Amino acid sequence: MKTVLCEENNCLSASVDNFDDSEISLSNMATCNLHGEDSPYFAGWEAYRKDPYDEKLNPHGVIQMGLAENTLSFDLMEEWLLVHPEATITSEQGLDSFKELALYQDYHGLPDYRKAMAKFMEALRGYKVKFDPDRIVNAAGSTAANEVLMFCLADAGDVFLVPSPYYPAFARDLRWRTGVEIEPIHCYSSNNFQITKSEVESAFKRAQDLKKKVKGILITNPCNPLGTISSAETLKMLLAFANKKKIHLVCDEIYAGSVFHSPEFHSIAEIVAEENYTPDNVHIVYSLSKDMGLPGFRVGTIYSYNDTVVTAARRMSSFTMISTQTQHLLSTMLSDSEFVNYYIAENKMRLKERHGLIVAGFERAGIKYLKGNAGLFCWVDMSDLLPSKDIEGELKLWKGILYEAKLNISPGSSFKCMEPGWFRVCFAEMSTSTMEVALERLQRFAEQCKNHA
Amino acid sequence: MSMNICEQEFTSVSERATCSAHGEDSAYFAGWEEYRRNPYDSLLNPSGVIQMGLAENRLSFDLLEEWLVKHPEASVNFQQDLFKELALYQDYHGLPAFKKAMANFMEELRGNKVKFEPERIVNTAGATAANEVLMFCLADPGDAFLVPSPYYAGFDRDLRWRTGVEIVPIHCYSSNNFQITKSAVESAFKEAQKRKMNVKGILITNPCNPLGTTSSAEILKMLLEFSMKKKIHLVCDEIYSGSVFSSPHFYSIAEIVAKQHYMADNVHIVYSLSKDLGLPGFRVGAIYSYNNSVVTAARRMSSFCMVSSQAQHLLSIMLSDSNFIKYYIQENKKRLKERHNLLVSGLAQAGIEQLDGNSGLFCWVNMRHLLPSHDLEGELKLWKSILEEARLNISPGSSFNCMEPGWFRVCFADMNMSTMEVALQRLQRFAKEYKIIANAKL
Repeated sequence: MKTVLCEENNCLSASVDNFDDSEISLSNMATCNLHGEDSPYFAGWEAYRKDPYDEKLNPHGVIQMGLAENTLSFDLMEEWLLVHPEATITSEQGLDSFKELALYQDYHGLPDYRKAMAKFMEALRGYKVKFDPDRIVNAAGSTAANEVLMFCLADAGDVFLVPSPYYPAFARDLRWRTGVEIEPIHCYSSNNFQITKSEVESAFKRAQDLKKKVKGILITNPCNPLGTISSAETLKMLLAFANKKKIHLVCDEIYAGSVFHSPEFHSIAEIVAEENYTPDNVHIVYSLSKDMGLPGFRVGTIYSYNDTVVTAARRMSSFTMISTQTQHLLSTMLSDSEFVNYYIAENKMRLKERHGLIVAGFERAGIKYLKGNAGLFCWVDMSDLLPSKDIEGELKLWKGILYEAKLNISPGSSFKCMEPGWFRVCFAEMSTSTMEVALERLQRFAEQCKNHA
Repeated sequence: MSMNICEQEFTSVSERATCSAHGEDSAYFAGWEEYRRNPYDSLLNPSGVIQMGLAENRLSFDLLEEWLVKHPEASVNFQQDLFKELALYQDYHGLPAFKKAMANFMEELRGNKVKFEPERIVNTAGATAANEVLMFCLADPGDAFLVPSPYYAGFDRDLRWRTGVEIVPIHCYSSNNFQITKSAVESAFKEAQKRKMNVKGILITNPCNPLGTTSSAEILKMLLEFSMKKKIHLVCDEIYSGSVFSSPHFYSIAEIVAKQHYMADNVHIVYSLSKDLGLPGFRVGAIYSYNNSVVTAARRMSSFCMVSSQAQHLLSIMLSDSNFIKYYIQENKKRLKERHNLLVSGLAQAGIEQLDGNSGLFCWVNMRHLLPSHDLEGELKLWKSILEEARLNISPGSSFNCMEPGWFRVCFADMNMSTMEVALQRLQRFAKEYKIIANAKL
């Protein structure tokens, strides 16, 4: 049955037409569900969309705590922009650059931008390592960066090992159009979800038993959803394993600027710097979506120690380039060392403060949480509130929190966590007053659960 | 690849990373290298290579700059909270105001003869991304898309590299001014079938690159009927729709679709601001699909190639300014026409003919009479001579998969008048000298 545009009534109506009824087919890729949007957790977004909390206009609405966004430090950037009109091409001072930027479509990216990005990445790591601007490849966000790396490092059907729990969208970003598969490296609460060598080996073996070729390991450090960092020992273990098996090691360090507490953050770049050769299997992904709260500007980076990968990724970045207008704004901003150092320190302080508030709230509510020092979220253990210790129990609990406490938080199963009852709760995208309301509701909900039990 | 035993092992990368479908090993790119090494500058390097191989529009920036000066509200930090709102906006649906403005602009480019629904627009970072996303949505690896040749050199990469889709050319010839014929389409379809490929669609560029001509309404209808009969898709890359500067009239596939009594759910339009507005650096592309499933799937895929919200904001304001865009479109066309005519008369003085064109940023030029031999080798020799002796980088027809040797694409909108005059003088001298040499050899 084809849909017909009924010109007289200017409406769409169903009608039989002259052509065969069969629809013109799309690709397998377009019709499969690897885009990941059919998850049951969509209901959380829907509930928030239909009934969003507003302090004045809708004080009983759903509070969004499922979005890992950093809204704490915009004022710092806005202040900077006010005194740096040359950073925007729409200003009198910036207009001179307009034509050149408008025409610049070289996938290498503006040299000044790459220099500034390299400098920023060094600042985030306390200047303990150097980054070569010529190893930086631009991509429109780390979503694109991760996908490009998969296209470059693996063929369809190959496997990447990824520690679980992991960022849900990896299922789409690493797999959908690339045909690459994910084998999780299971991590457990018994050791605070740290990655162990034996679990890495198990994951590798599982893939081999399925006759799959493992092409690499991809970790997120600092970790989403855990809010913790990998120790230097863990990173060394992973690099040694990758070298032994001749596979790649991709480190998504998107939260590198969001470490607000000890223990100290070690970037894979530091481990690499300690080796006496340049590895050809290490690649870092970065983006300004979290540390600077600029997901809308689509600013992602691949940093690879492998020349072939830099070249191939750069060519592929033709499909996902960063707007030069945005490159210009950021190259001006990130070249300002004084501002960068100030921003990093102030932003961390605010994250620490907000994190402190939320964990105090958890403690008041008697809710356990993983001791974290990074990221924009807490990994919370609500397993003692589960109606049953399984996925169904977790989903029920999640729905209860969504519809009764009216809080949208993310259940651990959406991160492929092996143990039911863990939830990710974000703390950097709401005001302190909203957070207080959220914590009160959570406390009340927890108490009610315990009373029923 | 064998592995040695030292610590610094070679860790293998993917097939896709090491194959040559990125297309950069062609003559098309070699010419750019030569220009890069020795670029013309009227004062600093007057004998350098003049770039005539880049389809860029540099003629109308002053209009955009004038507009920007008068519209500070286009700036990302114009008012309280605007910066924060844009910085956080990562919804792949795109800013509603931007899509509305884009639909507006696309209607304006087509003389307001058709309407575009903002909800059918999918944002992508450039037409490069748009075309690739469409291939991912419409075809599986190994499937074929029929593409009229000569075609844009970048399609070999954009349509094929990561998608695994194959291009089967629909051959067009000078005998009928390179127009697409039904029999050529049928031949290409049969050829694909012979090679056991599943044909999933046809992709045309209209106005055409490299020809600089537009497809007639009859040809568009023929293509639409053929695609409906075979149950395949029809993708129309209309990236040059705002660059039609003389008759015949430009027909968009949207106009043909509007006349049908059914929803042509196999039709998809690609657009971008890289040519008409000269903004390739800002990465602003669009897919417009009449198929709801394609809109949904393409939108989801656009997560990998989103348009910066900073650019969306600026353009939502600019493209909503109806007075400005009407003025811009008209003035830009006037300047393109002028520059085109200058090139054509310069070519005529060099005894060189070109395909009668009415659009785009280039001329499709016939240099067959200068070929040392009527084959690919002869064309590449001629191209090299023009590059090395006349120091002009123009693009040989073979890089566009043209079946007949001796045709070249010469761009006219990416240099100022005086540079063009120098280029034309060099070309005239070259043609004269080449003719003398050729005659001497006879």
